[in-house]
Amino acid sequence: MPLIAEIFEVQKDDFVAAGEASAKIKRTLKKLGVGSEVIRRIAVCAYEVELNLIIHSLGGTIDFSVTQERVTLVVKDVGPGIPNVDLAMREGWSTAPESVRMMGFGAGMGLPNMKRNADEFDIHSEMGVGTEITMKFNIK
Amino acid sequence: MTVAEIKDALGAEVLGGEVDLTGEVSSAYVCDLLSWVMAKGAQGTAWVTVMNHLNVIAVATLLDMACVILPEEIKVEKETLDKAVEEGVPVLSCKKTAYEIAGILYGLGLPNPVKG
Ligand SMILES: Nc1ncnc2c1ncn2[C@@H]1O[C@H](COP(=O)(O)OP(=O)(O)OP(=O)(O)O)[C@@H](O)[C@H]1O
Ligand SMILES: [Mg+2]
Repeated sequence: MPLIAEIFEVQKDDFVAAGEASAKIKRTLKKLGVGSEVIRRIAVCAYEVELNLIIHSLGGTIDFSVTQERVTLVVKDVGPGIPNVDLAMREGWSTAPESVRMMGFGAGMGLPNMKRNADEFDIHSEMGVGTEITMKFNIK
Repeated sequence: MTVAEIKDALGAEVLGGEVDLTGEVSSAYVCDLLSWVMAKGAQGTAWVTVMNHLNVIAVATLLDMACVILPEEIKVEKETLDKAVEEGVPVLSCKKTAYEIAGILYGLGLPNPVKG
């Protein structure tokens, strides 16, 4: 039984709300008394995945759940999918358009940051269907 | 070292409304790529950047950074400053270039960010 289960919807191109889901996740974990080192790692992953939904996807959801042992983020979007996941996972690889690069996005560091900071990281993507990323963090 | 001490050393001013300047600064970092900062920044970091939009405040807040420092008197929109005050992130504005700011912060003995 999860202690907490919450779903956040993230809209495409919504830069004004960017980071709100991540901030809520961080606040909840703080209230639960989770350690600050793991909170930092979860906040980094939540932010990177949230921004990818805004910048690269057609919109999606972040499913956040907490049990005694772990925090899980399951992130699903409705497309367009990633043509080559191996390439997307590489540091420095980015298809971010010039307009968002001007804002400081598009370093091609988001997915590698997630992989580095999550205790378990899993990504599946299908063109025309969408991308699903699952990240798990041990809090015990 | 506190944010107030850094502000004085840089001859910087605080933008926006009242915000607590007693926060401890334990490191400094200069970068304009947000994911790069997400990877390298830490709690207590003074972050020097020319980026001046809402997402800078989000990154600084998520990492519990000490403050954001904008070089060359870069202006910030009210909406962004209001968010910064709400989140308690001091935004400093300074006449100096990022290069000069980094030199001063280095001279004060601040190291690169160390993750805790
Ligand atoms: N949800 C998604 N849907 C479609 N494509 C995606 C999605 N997430 C990532 N990508 C693709 O993977 C690439 C790499 O993503 P990554 O987060 O590592 O870097 P970035 O978002 O381009 O830049 P940064 O995260 O450093 O600002 C993106 O440029 C994009 O092509
Ligand atoms: Mg990204």
